[in-house]
Amino acid sequence: MMIGNKKLTQSIFFWLFRIMSTVVVLVLLTILYFVFSRGISTISWDFLTKAPEDGMVKGGIFPAIIGTLYLIGGSLLFAFPIGVFSAIYMHEYIKKGKIKSFLQLMTNNLAGVPSIVFGLFGMALFVNKLKFGDSIIAGSLTLGLLVLPVIIRTTEEALKAVDDNYRMASYAMGASKLYTIKKIILPIALPDIITGLILSIGRVSGETAPILFTVAAYFLPKLPHSIYDQVMALPYHLYVLATSGTNIEEARPVAFGTALVLVMIVLVTNLIANGVRAYYHSKYKK
Amino acid sequence: MAQIETKNVDFYYGAVQALRNINLPIEHNTVTAFIGPSGCGKSTLLRLFNRMNDLIDGCRLDGSVEINGQNIYGKGVNVEELRKQVGMVFQKPNPFPKSIFENVAYGLRVNGVKSKSEIEDRVEASLIRSALWTEVKDKLNRSALQLSGGQQQRLCIARALAVEPSILLMDEPASALDPISTSKIEELIFELKKNFTIVIVTHSMQQAGRVSDKTAFFYMGEMVEYDSTTNIFTNPKQERTLNYVTGRFG
Repeated sequence: MMIGNKKLTQSIFFWLFRIMSTVVVLVLLTILYFVFSRGISTISWDFLTKAPEDGMVKGGIFPAIIGTLYLIGGSLLFAFPIGVFSAIYMHEYIKKGKIKSFLQLMTNNLAGVPSIVFGLFGMALFVNKLKFGDSIIAGSLTLGLLVLPVIIRTTEEALKAVDDNYRMASYAMGASKLYTIKKIILPIALPDIITGLILSIGRVSGETAPILFTVAAYFLPKLPHSIYDQVMALPYHLYVLATSGTNIEEARPVAFGTALVLVMIVLVTNLIANGVRAYYHSKYKK
Repeated sequence: MAQIETKNVDFYYGAVQALRNINLPIEHNTVTAFIGPSGCGKSTLLRLFNRMNDLIDGCRLDGSVEINGQNIYGKGVNVEELRKQVGMVFQKPNPFPKSIFENVAYGLRVNGVKSKSEIEDRVEASLIRSALWTEVKDKLNRSALQLSGGQQQRLCIARALAVEPSILLMDEPASALDPISTSKIEELIFELKKNFTIVIVTHSMQQAGRVSDKTAFFYMGEMVEYDSTTNIFTNPKQERTLNYVTGRFG
């Protein structure tokens, strides 16, 4: 009797775990299907390469794609070095103790700040105080702050995954800490660090709130000339089309086309991330 | 004069005392084995000789460790220079995920050797010395991780030898290896002692008996007995040593 009960409990939980993970996969597939089925008919060469026309219900989304690419580049240019350097400091230099816990607590809290608060902060500091105005640089810096904790945390995980035996071997050869980091630790951790970088591209390209008050333009068919210009961006364009366009019903297909492009950017960067990781892992084994 | 000499060494990990009043002279070009049960302090003592314990938080040393007459814990000692003189081979083979050639060249590059031909010569010489050359000379650019465990360990020995240390510390270098690889490492130790002072920590008493000239037996942080290997194994003065080497405990 007891044994029968144990078996039953085992199989109940097994199926519980299995059903829950199936739900996760189904949710993702449903979202993808939803976006694909409604967006794919809108996608064309013109859609990808032309500016919006006729109150944004016709034409393309080229300026928004370009704007998003600029914001990705700008924010990572700023956040990647700062994130990687501070992760190296936190993981390789300071010993366990109060300062380290404090830094980690702060990083985690930074990750927990709602993105709209980053948007407000970016507006107050970069747009107004530093007088950048609504601009690529203000938006990039704001988005950079947002992904900083992501980069710090993935870099820290990457460094943690480097076997301590390699550090020992290098120190025992008389190598300094900096030399060991440069020649041994970073090359080994690089694939995982790059993975983190690419994942943060997905994050940056999809965020709306941080760019709302710092860079995003409602309608701006011209491409930017400098980092002090405004740009359109995919997530904000999508928001505009869905809520405040001149003709919301007519703009629906364009909205779904935009959503599809955005989802594709994120999907492709994630696939690249996996590819890069797999490539480096096999490279070390050769 | 002894090449390595510890004087009244007490060593603590935080509040735990790991070594008690160790006074140990080690001669030039000899093999000295440290034996004793797990946790007796033998590895800790070994790691004092190249200051690897510095990397552990909260440890403290009283007394002095002298190498060639200089206290390596004295003021103004350059730890990186010390470690170039005192090479180390670890328990688990730990070649870098780089090519065989780059593994051996690593220490030379750390030392700022730039000349390509000099690096090539010294890599070859070190691989010959570590009895690995014939097995790897045709695949120097292949990843070191493709070698077998025993080959990896000999590669680590080559890596340590490339910077021409005078002392080689070995922390249970064969404990992760099969019997054939182990006997190769032991033959190698026998060869190397012509040019190097070797200190080896081992769990295997047979190994200590085969490779070492002198043996020190440690128990609970104390050095119970230090004598020629023959005396330790056939005619120990302390009862605790006798009990350990005859397998009655440990």
